[in-house]
Amino acid sequence: MGAAHGGPMTGHAIDAQAVTRRFGNFTAVDAITFHVEPGEVFGFLGANGAGKTTAIRMLIGVLQPTSGSATVAGYDLETQAEQVRHRIGYMSQKFSLYEDLTVRENITLYGGIYGVSDKDIVSRTGDILGRIGLEHAGDELVREIPLGWKQQLAFCVALLHRPAVVFLDEPTAGVDPITRRRFWELIYEAGAGGTSVLVTTHYLDEAEYCGRISIMVDGAIAAMGTPAEVRRAMGAETLDEVFLKLTRPGTAA
Amino acid sequence: MSDGPAVEARGLVRRFGDDAALQEVSFDVAAGELYGIIGPDGAGKTTLFRILVTLLLPDAGSARVLGRDVVKDLWNLRTRIGYMPGRFSLYPDLSVAENLGFYASLFDTTVAEAGETIAPIWVQLEQFAGRRAGALSGGMKQKLALCCALVHRPEILFLDEPTTGVDAVSRREFWDLLARLRDEGLPIVVSTPYMDEAIRCDRVSLMQDGRFLVTDGPAGIGRAYPRPLFAVRGPDILGLLGALRGFPHAAAVWPFGESLHYTDARRDAAPELIARALAAHVESAGLTGVTMSPVAASIEDAFMWYMAEGRAA
Repeated sequence: MGAAHGGPMTGHAIDAQAVTRRFGNFTAVDAITFHVEPGEVFGFLGANGAGKTTAIRMLIGVLQPTSGSATVAGYDLETQAEQVRHRIGYMSQKFSLYEDLTVRENITLYGGIYGVSDKDIVSRTGDILGRIGLEHAGDELVREIPLGWKQQLAFCVALLHRPAVVFLDEPTAGVDPITRRRFWELIYEAGAGGTSVLVTTHYLDEAEYCGRISIMVDGAIAAMGTPAEVRRAMGAETLDEVFLKLTRPGTAA
Repeated sequence: MSDGPAVEARGLVRRFGDDAALQEVSFDVAAGELYGIIGPDGAGKTTLFRILVTLLLPDAGSARVLGRDVVKDLWNLRTRIGYMPGRFSLYPDLSVAENLGFYASLFDTTVAEAGETIAPIWVQLEQFAGRRAGALSGGMKQKLALCCALVHRPEILFLDEPTTGVDAVSRREFWDLLARLRDEGLPIVVSTPYMDEAIRCDRVSLMQDGRFLVTDGPAGIGRAYPRPLFAVRGPDILGLLGALRGFPHAAAVWPFGESLHYTDARRDAAPELIARALAAHVESAGLTGVTMSPVAASIEDAFMWYMAEGRAA
């Protein structure tokens, strides 16, 4: 993928300061503070219900924080939400692709939505199909192509407008181990090209592929650092063990 | 419970249009066995489960569950089978207790009669008894679904991807419950896309494209890995990946947690020789700080090997 460009990218790709979200009496996200560097692959981990999805929804500008502040791609989330939305990509575990459109039509549609020029859409369509080996399937309906390709395609589509930051919410759920790894190679490439990646996953081996990780517990960030730092700080051999210690302190061996 | 095999599947085939979802699948599950079917989405796991629980007819082949034919004896079988489908299938607007009571009434029994069978799960759910099922966390939903599948005290349990989308810790707790049920003698057939869960099973089959790639105990599958395997580490993962794949004897190179797993194509080459040549190759590619050591294959290594082999054949 090409280098991220444009926008006042002076500092961090994501800079969250005490970002909080309450629903009634329930604090879903409790004053989280963290940053993501340009080109960094950041693993955003936590148990079900820990607050990851709520945090991501705030960072992509679809949910207002109750308090705290954040910049994403250099823009203020509160006052410049529109600019933020233009500079980010998002892919969730539920596909954002249209099953009844062809591969090519999906790319064209999203290119149009993101404001990519017709000329760039044509050239980037070629790049994407070549990169993920789908040249033969450009005119097939998305519903007809295997899950693994769909996920890789959805990722490339999320990068179509060359965003500064891309958010991936469980991008590899359910896919076979080879496709999972091909997907991570795409993530590495995006990072090497300067795009920052914030990714959630339940596969803890994938967490090891991240430059840094954070682990959320009950809405707060309970651990953060490189995977090795987090393991060391928690006195654990594996991230699996770290996870157990953080989320079930009473039962950890 | 009968002493014969809990499941005997012979040459099961099922097509959907042109798509062969199951291609001659045969296997046995012994009485009291915890049997895992490990494979990604689209491998055919759900189709296989639906045939075994009498909800789908095979195009060819046959299967017996608890000694009864899944086609001819379906009415007899249905009350003896506990089935947890992959999609959350409880009523989100009913409370935990109401869901359980409803499933009990479907089988003409009561929650009280289920007593001992569901007790270990119920203790974890009890505090949420009045909560709407739709408002439970992912892990708790799955425990409730397991409870509902057990409420009529079935003689065998089929669980289709019970841990998909559930966090690592809740998955572990769920498997602890399954181990407990198995220890009480209940045969369990469970499918999962998570390779690391294979070690919780007595035996597993790795499934891809409607076929079983290999069947064995989880340790046996790793031991049978057919080529020398190394874990390679270094600061520049992407550079290392490219360099290792460029080595003339590389059969497969994949990221694997903190390291890369390198499989050599030469079946009988000495590990020391491979390591030396590989180190020289990596160094000539300008990479420094690289370490490597032979490593035992995991289920996931094996899956990738057999999967690639199957696709190439």
